[in-house]
Amino acid sequence: MNTRAKTGTQSSVPVQGGVGQALAHDSGHLHVSGGALYTDDIPEPRNLLHVAIGTSAHPHAKLKKVDLAPVLAAPGVVAVLGAEDIPGENNFGPVLADDPIFSPGLVQYVGQSIFAVAAHSYTEARRAARLAKIDYELLEPILDPEEAVRRQSFVLPTETISRGDSRKALRKALHHLQGKLKLGGQDQFYLEGHIAMAVPREDGDMLVYSSTQHPGEIQHKVAHALGKTSKDIVVECRRMGGAFGGKESQPALFACIAALVAQQTGCAAKVRLDRDDDMIMTGKRHDFVVGYEVGFDDEGRIQGIEFEYAARCGMSADLSGAVNDRTMFHSDNAYFLENVTIVSHRCKTHTVSNTAFRGFGGPQGMYAIEYVVDEIARYLKLDPLAVRKTNFYGTDDRNVTPYEQTIEDNILHELVAQLEASGDYAERRSDIAEFNAASRFLKRGIALTPVKFGISFTATHLNQAGALLHVYTDGTVHLNHGGTEMGQGLFTKVSQVVAEELQIDIDRIKITASDTSKVPNASATAASSGSDLNGKAAQLAARTVKDRLREFAAEHFAVSADAVEFRNNRVQAGKQTVSFTELVNLAFFARVSLSSTGFYRTPKIHYDRKTFSGRPFYYYAYGAAIAEVVVDTLTGEYRVIRVDILHDCGKSLNPAIDLGQVEGGFVQGMGWLTGEELWWNDKGELKTHAPSTYKIPVCSDLPVDFRVQLLESAANREETIHRSKAVGEPPLMLALCVFHALKDAVAAAADYRASPHLDAPATPEAVLRAVDELRARGTAQPERQTG
Amino acid sequence: MATLTLTVNGKPVSAQAEANTLLVEFLRETLGLTGTHVGCDTSQCGACVVHLDGLAVKSCTMLALQAEGTEVTTIEGLAPPGSLHPMQVAFHQNHGLQCGFCTPGMVMASVALVTDNPNPSEPEVRQGLAGNLCRCTGYQNIVKSVIAGARAMER
Repeated sequence: MNTRAKTGTQSSVPVQGGVGQALAHDSGHLHVSGGALYTDDIPEPRNLLHVAIGTSAHPHAKLKKVDLAPVLAAPGVVAVLGAEDIPGENNFGPVLADDPIFSPGLVQYVGQSIFAVAAHSYTEARRAARLAKIDYELLEPILDPEEAVRRQSFVLPTETISRGDSRKALRKALHHLQGKLKLGGQDQFYLEGHIAMAVPREDGDMLVYSSTQHPGEIQHKVAHALGKTSKDIVVECRRMGGAFGGKESQPALFACIAALVAQQTGCAAKVRLDRDDDMIMTGKRHDFVVGYEVGFDDEGRIQGIEFEYAARCGMSADLSGAVNDRTMFHSDNAYFLENVTIVSHRCKTHTVSNTAFRGFGGPQGMYAIEYVVDEIARYLKLDPLAVRKTNFYGTDDRNVTPYEQTIEDNILHELVAQLEASGDYAERRSDIAEFNAASRFLKRGIALTPVKFGISFTATHLNQAGALLHVYTDGTVHLNHGGTEMGQGLFTKVSQVVAEELQIDIDRIKITASDTSKVPNASATAASSGSDLNGKAAQLAARTVKDRLREFAAEHFAVSADAVEFRNNRVQAGKQTVSFTELVNLAFFARVSLSSTGFYRTPKIHYDRKTFSGRPFYYYAYGAAIAEVVVDTLTGEYRVIRVDILHDCGKSLNPAIDLGQVEGGFVQGMGWLTGEELWWNDKGELKTHAPSTYKIPVCSDLPVDFRVQLLESAANREETIHRSKAVGEPPLMLALCVFHALKDAVAAAADYRASPHLDAPATPEAVLRAVDELRARGTAQPERQTG
Repeated sequence: MATLTLTVNGKPVSAQAEANTLLVEFLRETLGLTGTHVGCDTSQCGACVVHLDGLAVKSCTMLALQAEGTEVTTIEGLAPPGSLHPMQVAFHQNHGLQCGFCTPGMVMASVALVTDNPNPSEPEVRQGLAGNLCRCTGYQNIVKSVIAGARAMER
């Protein structure tokens, strides 16, 4: 082939869609036109069967007799499956084998799967599922975590982190407070409920479409359930309609059931949960009861502190081990705790098994320490922000966490100072005091809270990722990696990384559905790590192909490899330039491989789970937020008047996407701490299982004045992908400021004489109770204990 | 089964529907218009909003047969094929979406809102969209999109 090389200067124009550009979501044009295919939108195969799941009506019972004959006899029903129909392993638990696909005889929560029915239509399957005749032998349930602690009912052993001598420090401290906090759980409420469709292939193989953050785990669990191996199963997911951690381990149940039905009937099978069933059957954020004791000096500096956590893990271990580890790791948030003991009980209750949710236990640990710091400030009659700053980690000293990681990248001092100034914290605080003095029923409150969030999976081995990249002879690129798209813009960001690396416009890159046959053994897209891990893996795959092209160009144009430069869709080799496509064509005819994998593992991290020490986190992401609220003390109703956020995304790969993550995470966190209340009755039934009774934030709940900024030019000190920082989870915890602003407003109802007892979620009812309780306490000071 | 005759996205449609078939089922399953989503099944999340004779309705709360003789517009028919309605462009350009699952309903509700009130203020948009849930965006960019879309629709 002729070379059409010509001389010329390379363009200095940046490639279209490279890193740092505020591109729209890669599927945006499909989202707005209805063309984006979610799992339920995939054209259905012939003879598709619809599956409904028969579930337990009791929280703890033995199944004495399960009569499924009426189910099988119902109109449209094709098959009924129970535990005895599983050819392989009856388990979908991600860590321990304690999550049966179908109960083998013991049920441990209301909504636990007992059997499945497949019918020609969704309605027929759902109607038939209700016809089962089940005799239960009722057993006594444990329905709350405190009861579980009393009965020593745990899914995993209790763990402890300690440093220094917290007992001694507490005894010696000038001031001393103790108390008990409660904080509620949270339903993920992804708009697309759980769904899986299994399609039988030849020779017993199975293709499973699953709305999952972890296709690799679905592959393994389906293989185990079917009595097959990983090579026989392919799992694909193009996108999810939201996930937030709720689709990390939970989708396996539905994928396994769909695959079991497909295997037994030879027909494709789909499981789609109705919203109520989804909320009843699947795990949520853990609710906690936290006991604390703290000793501190006159400035509020913490001398010694002890936490005792009791988390509702539900009926099985699921991911609760790692979730609760992260709670322990975030019990410091931004604060140096010199003498500290953290005890974490992983309580077994006869309720749904709780699971991952954005923040993964971190928010609960941060809630606890922020609550304690606020209590200290109210006790000492200091501005809570002053006490926060007094306790901040230092940059050169006071910078070692309770798990012995030295914090090398602390930017909170500058970040908080910047936000304090831009958000007029001091001025507004004094205006609010004035307003409250003059206002009888409406009370305002303000709070600034910081976020420091550790980035990496705490299980070190999960911090790896793979990618696959093909370059075609027309100069376009097929890109695949082990991450999944749940709306967070991961696919867009990873495409930007590849556009930047190959110096080609992003519209030449097609990013494709997550697929276990393209990238094997991928970790869940979780722990905020999606772009950190997959961005690097894709960059390395692109770099491999680019290096081959470079080497070829050097030889072809008889220049040194250093003289070959890729720039804005062109390649310069010495004095000659060709288009990227031309070079690819030349390379193809010279038999150069144009396809590569990429593999990345996070450096520097190590961690000994036995001693809870090491460097579990590659780096930390930081942020801070100020909330101002107004509370009607006659009704408990409130409005969030203004929120100011300053958040650290490192050097953002895509500022538009990152801003969306910060705003969305914050509002979701606000929901957790304010309006979203999970409520079980004394029969273990979740009674808030639809948006009619479970209130996620709506548009009209937005802060009236909502000011969100990314911290500018804050490059990650670690060599992450283009020095960016993970942004998925950290912003959720910015919402702690809303809770503390509400607490501040409630305190104003009794002229700040005492600290209110406010638990999360701070629903209007909870706020009203706190106001009434505080006023009933009158002017009495909290009991002063000295050491 | 009864025969249902109506206009969907400008085209006459005549098809069989059970008495208990919901409009959303009819659109998704019978007509294959899967851009309309089911989010909560109980008329609260708004992912299933379509236009019925120009009014926004939640298609999971309406029987298909009730749509007899009406003109239904779904997200697929909001703009002529190959083009986007100004509100669709606004959602795309202003990042008014993340996972995209609520987006078709949001866009349809927003077009109806702006048709009623061509120049809505930010508080009016916030109130007007309170019947549509989004779990990803925190709504800020959705509000921005609707205001931008309203301006573009005026032109």
